[in-house]
Amino acid sequence: MRKVAVIGAGMTLFRRRLLETGKEMCFQAVQMALEEAGLELKDVDAVVSGSAPDAFDGVHMKGEYLLDGAGGVRKPYMRVFTGGGTACFSPIAGWWHVASGLADVVLVVNEEKMSSITPHPQYAFANIWDPILDRPLKPNLVWIFAMEMNRYMTVYGIEKADIARVAVKNKRNAVDHPAAQLADPNITVDDVLNSEVMAWPVQRLDISPPSDGASALVLASEDVARQVSETPVWISGVGWCIDSTMWTNRDLSFPEYLARAAQQAYGMAKIENPRKEVDVVEPYDPFDYKELHHLEGLLLADKGEAPILTREGVTQRDGELPTCPSGGLMGVGNPIAATMGIKTGEIYWQLAGKAGRRQVPGSPQVGVCQAWGDLMQFSSVMVMRA
Amino acid sequence: MVGIGYEGFPRETPHYSFKELTFEAALKAYEDAGVDPRKDVDSFVVCEEDYWAGWSISDEGAPDQLGGVLRPLHTVSGDGLNGVANAFMQIKTGYFDVVVVEAHSKASDILTYEGILTFAFDPLFYRLLNAHPHFLAGLEMDAFLEDHENTEEDCAEVVRKNRENARHHEAASFGGQTSVQEVMDSEVLFRPLKAAEISPLADGSIVLVLASAEKARELTDQPIWIRGIGWSSDSPWLETRSLAEARYARWAADQAYRMAGLERPRRRVHVAEVDDRFAYKELQHLEALGLAGGNRAGALLREGFYEMKGDLPANPSGGSLGVGNLLEASGLFRVMEIVRQLRGQAGEHQVEGATLGVAQSWRGIPTATGGVAVLEA
Amino acid sequence: MGRKWRGTPLTAADIAEGRVATAEWRPEAKYAWSAGESIGRFLEELQEGHLVGRKCDVDDTVFFPPRSFCQEHFVRAGEFVRLKNTGKVETYSVSYLDTDARRLEEPVYVGVISIDGAAEGMGFMHFLGEVEEKDLAIGMRVKAVWKPKKERMGAVTDILYFKPV
Repeated sequence: MRKVAVIGAGMTLFRRRLLETGKEMCFQAVQMALEEAGLELKDVDAVVSGSAPDAFDGVHMKGEYLLDGAGGVRKPYMRVFTGGGTACFSPIAGWWHVASGLADVVLVVNEEKMSSITPHPQYAFANIWDPILDRPLKPNLVWIFAMEMNRYMTVYGIEKADIARVAVKNKRNAVDHPAAQLADPNITVDDVLNSEVMAWPVQRLDISPPSDGASALVLASEDVARQVSETPVWISGVGWCIDSTMWTNRDLSFPEYLARAAQQAYGMAKIENPRKEVDVVEPYDPFDYKELHHLEGLLLADKGEAPILTREGVTQRDGELPTCPSGGLMGVGNPIAATMGIKTGEIYWQLAGKAGRRQVPGSPQVGVCQAWGDLMQFSSVMVMRA
Repeated sequence: MVGIGYEGFPRETPHYSFKELTFEAALKAYEDAGVDPRKDVDSFVVCEEDYWAGWSISDEGAPDQLGGVLRPLHTVSGDGLNGVANAFMQIKTGYFDVVVVEAHSKASDILTYEGILTFAFDPLFYRLLNAHPHFLAGLEMDAFLEDHENTEEDCAEVVRKNRENARHHEAASFGGQTSVQEVMDSEVLFRPLKAAEISPLADGSIVLVLASAEKARELTDQPIWIRGIGWSSDSPWLETRSLAEARYARWAADQAYRMAGLERPRRRVHVAEVDDRFAYKELQHLEALGLAGGNRAGALLREGFYEMKGDLPANPSGGSLGVGNLLEASGLFRVMEIVRQLRGQAGEHQVEGATLGVAQSWRGIPTATGGVAVLEA
Repeated sequence: MGRKWRGTPLTAADIAEGRVATAEWRPEAKYAWSAGESIGRFLEELQEGHLVGRKCDVDDTVFFPPRSFCQEHFVRAGEFVRLKNTGKVETYSVSYLDTDARRLEEPVYVGVISIDGAAEGMGFMHFLGEVEEKDLAIGMRVKAVWKPKKERMGAVTDILYFKPV
């Protein structure tokens, strides 16, 4: 099997509204990633595109629309789509472009422009529900997360304060991220607990914001990576898994689909004891409880015990298991698929020793990133090594 | 390729949900391949677009009807042939032995097809022209006829041929005898494009099962091999892309032929299924694929080269003009048809002795994106 | 690092007051989804005031809502089975948000209700009513409250909400 490395990453600022069009954001992220890799567009063999619902940008077949900004003209260009899971899934698709031998250098470009849709991005989310079973109830997307969070809290007896600690940690970590939208150096657990109730138990500060943004990665075969990069970071395991569409038919307290995806990725990466071997992790955190849920799904904490790790400081940047050192979606922002920049991109920067003020101590060797999508049913996982 | 199955292709399927439609196709494909999706399949690839489904994040609705629950499954926002490319790459990594590809059209669920096509145009430029989306096909056809040695009658001839071929396809909805004159006399909608040259929509689901060489030999004594696959895109800007030539198809073919080691394809390929959602597209695509000796597709068509009994039958299935426009399943339909031809299982539209075939896809208006697969028995 | 972090932030006012150019478009995107065999029957039975599931013949699992195939064994589903009008709250939320993220004065109570007679934990999403917020609980027993028969249309909204038993 051909080894595949990440040799460059780039991303735009994440903001509620950016002037740039989707194409222009892609272009900016690609330029930054190519610059870091020391390559030019002509060196790129294929382009993988990732973006979540077309309804945000307001363009049907939006992959086709974005393709020139992503550098895809006259190249094999492929858009893959697993909802929010796209953030770590398009890099997996990039991996198989190289690992299969079809390409030596691949650009992975993710984009989301959530400010285009009016009156609110929720308008697009209203259409992610089953048109016959769910939509007649006029649901709001936050409902399902609220119901999952409630189930998680109730089954394992988790206090809201223990969940709020995740929001605090990530928004504080984000202070060190130059692209951050919602960094807050002074936020406290009380701020989160006293914020407006959206859909109990979800409150305003439990949620990541809608954002505009793009991100890009440069992936390369071993030959190319060793030629052009001093600090290639290797993709050593990938996994993805989807559960049934019928989300009301299963226990929401544990993400079994994620555990399966993680086992696939750990198996490929020959990780036998993830809790000992993983040095830094970027789980998907669109809500604070999701970081906890995902640490458990990634088998990095026992069921219901991730809140304890958080309370004990294990998941701080200088803790045993630094978790979301980027600041995550909670702090940096949530342009759905483009959060690749703070998931796969961040693990690349951490393992390459290029994370600047966010660098976790002790030169981490093994990192894991994860994303989550669809109707609370899909996860993508990647294991990377320095 | 070790298994194929389809359910289709009527104008509408009100008795099926899109899930039930796909389940029927999947049952047939798994039986054909001799695999149990719950045990034997390593990965599932589904090709669809949210606005065809009327469902944001349409990936959500994909797993159950394929047997993909709690398994690796993902969506490609592209044509079914792009899905085959992903399955091919997954298998080539060495980590996946059996991969399933699905694409479907539930066009009859869509009440505003033109409105959705228009929504695919650039929001700041072309969309504000407020023109019917097929204006672009008219522009392309005009440029194509101007630059290449083909006539309006040649395009009408494509309609005649494909509807005739479709009479012999067991599931085609638009087979029939049409004269060139009838096509020429049909309403001019986007000059020079005429009403009869636009393929009508149809419903259907297609499921293919791919396997690694070793696994394929275990599963069947008649595997059909993917010798080459390629996909490419021209500019999304209408002003900077080529309107006369289907460059995306040429670039995709370059990649696929290089992989297959295929030279002089016009002499070597026995059967081709190419995108013909508009009649001129078939000729444009045959030329881009090097199957027309330069820009001579019209002349070859007139000589009978692409007829069922000709040297290189093109769209023996009847294509989109005869079977129907299957949206993102269009390319997968063409791949499936080539597999049937190479297996000798194409029934009344069998091309005698076909062992090497080419399938080609285009994503439709307003894209300049397509793929090519070279298949061999 | 010398990296260039680019992007030009705008405020809501920049757009509202026309300081940047915008173009507006409302997509024409309408659908009539075929419900299919199983959900079609489910909707017909709702109009009659019944909840219906469907069985997998391999292990007698009763699915709710009904479906035409078993996703576990990958076989065609068997008989339809009428279920009770009662069930259990698996989870719930108290929502102040409407579908467009506008704030509601009075919250709605929404939950996942598993239905008695279906396989363990198999339910659907619906509203909870005739209950105080403080009394909402996971595990609470509930019962469907139907619209008057002549107002039913064969939709999930033929049930108004579930109330405590």
